Amino acid sequence: MDPILKLIQTNAKLSAPEVAEMLTLDLKEVAKKITAWERDGTIMGYQAVLDPEKNGNEDVTALIEVKIRPERGGGFDRLAERISKFDQVRSCFLMSGGYDLAVFVEGPNLREVARFVAEKLSSMEGVLSTATRFQLKAYKQNGLLAHTESAGERLSVAP
Amino acid sequence: MSLASKISERVRAIPRSGIRDFFELVQARGDVISLGVGEPDFSTPWHIREAAIFALEKGETCYTSNLGLLPLRKCISSYISKHCGVTYDPAKEIIVTVGVSEALDLAFRALLNPGDEVIYHEPCYVSYNPTIYMAGGVPVAIQTKAEDNFILKASDVEAAITPRTRAIMLNFPTNPTGAVEPPEEMEKIAALAVKHDLIMLTDEIYSELLYDGEEHISLLRYPGMKERTILLHGFSKAYAMTGWRLGYACAPAELTEAMMKIHQYAMLCAPIMSQRAAIEALEHGAPAVETMRQSYEQRRNVVVSRLHEMGLPTCRPGGAFYVFADIRPTGLTSKEFAIKFLEQHNVAVVPGNAFGTCGEGFVRCCYATALPQLELAMDRMAAFVAAHGVPPR
Repeated sequence: MDPILKLIQTNAKLSAPEVAEMLTLDLKEVAKKITAWERDGTIMGYQAVLDPEKNGNEDVTALIEVKIRPERGGGFDRLAERISKFDQVRSCFLMSGGYDLAVFVEGPNLREVARFVAEKLSSMEGVLSTATRFQLKAYKQNGLLAHTESAGERLSVAP
Repeated sequence: MSLASKISERVRAIPRSGIRDFFELVQARGDVISLGVGEPDFSTPWHIREAAIFALEKGETCYTSNLGLLPLRKCISSYISKHCGVTYDPAKEIIVTVGVSEALDLAFRALLNPGDEVIYHEPCYVSYNPTIYMAGGVPVAIQTKAEDNFILKASDVEAAITPRTRAIMLNFPTNPTGAVEPPEEMEKIAALAVKHDLIMLTDEIYSELLYDGEEHISLLRYPGMKERTILLHGFSKAYAMTGWRLGYACAPAELTEAMMKIHQYAMLCAPIMSQRAAIEALEHGAPAVETMRQSYEQRRNVVVSRLHEMGLPTCRPGGAFYVFADIRPTGLTSKEFAIKFLEQHNVAVVPGNAFGTCGEGFVRCCYATALPQLELAMDRMAAFVAAHGVPPR
């Protein structure tokens, strides 16, 4: 991966001048690359990672394990893309193993999520079965620990 | 009763470390941004800590062989073979110690007769001089210069050699300057050691932390070195394991055996849990080391460019995680700079003269500190330096 991408993937708030300084690259070159990645969708967007216990949002999240029937020609893609378009779906991945799609759904409460699964997801042509698992607590998201370790007591001056 | 008179003359003759005085000054203040540390800002990678916890759970709480756990010595042997290009026999040529500091002490005590001279280069890690002295030796410092990027010139080494010279001690990359010795000088120094039949000591504790795509070239790669060199290395810096206190020495069997004689009575063995953690570090720690190395390099780039912008001409360090900033344009001494900067801006840097007299006119800034803190410290330093009449570039 390009070192610029690696850097902003960990901290999207770094500005182009900061990135250029850290990697000793030409600022214009860095800015040009970032713009190009934003245009071609390599960089899909920039988001803050929030702690669900602190963000004041009472929404619930569920992982729905979905089995679907692949289609001649399109495989899983057409149906997976249709499912992904629902606003309630936060993420959707094709998986190996016991089921096909891992669909992360967010809703204001349990009932709403259940309704979405029953009315929208399960009833779709090609969906064979679903299994819903509600998320109880987040310990780590996007590589970030919910409870960061205290940095330890480093001496303020040491040889 | 005056206890002072009961303390040995040798110990009384050692001056108090400049770092300790300054440390107490910093400790007395709150909310200091410290660039004064000599250790990584990362905790030890979790997989290493977890391996040590597992060993404790299994009940591994006993003494180990004096030389250290054999599986660890085997890991060290294969690591050093790749990293330094020479292979040591795990059974006889490797001793695991409580940090490189202990290995250094063992080496000097094993080598020196009263009055034997050891040549080393300053500015350097604070313990070289007193450790040589406490072992009965005579420290012979060669002063390296900012205009030479703090490298050690073979011609200076040659001029310092006398009939009493026993050993030459190297530390590249260097604490506190981050200097990396160029191969052509290293080669000449190696040749001098062969010509004068001297022992070489090489502290390569920072050798994993090299930047700009450079690869480590150990002293051991030069002809005639393996049979006369004590390699000192450890886990503190690359693996962020300072508090585990684990280092090692690799040397020809006779020298290892001599060091072992002291180690077995003074220390018995290094802590077993640290040794278990070290095995995990050597077997699976490389990706974590690389992640940390990249992070240090990025921060070095920021700090060096900021120092240049504020008008302090500073050598670009090739390794370790320090810059030795040239503060002479401010007209302040190292100590004045460090104290005033601390008092006025609450940022701690270490006065350069703590690392030898030729460090006067410099301060050591450790960039193993989170980037936002580092940038804040640089903003404050720019203001401080400007207030002392240094024009920014």
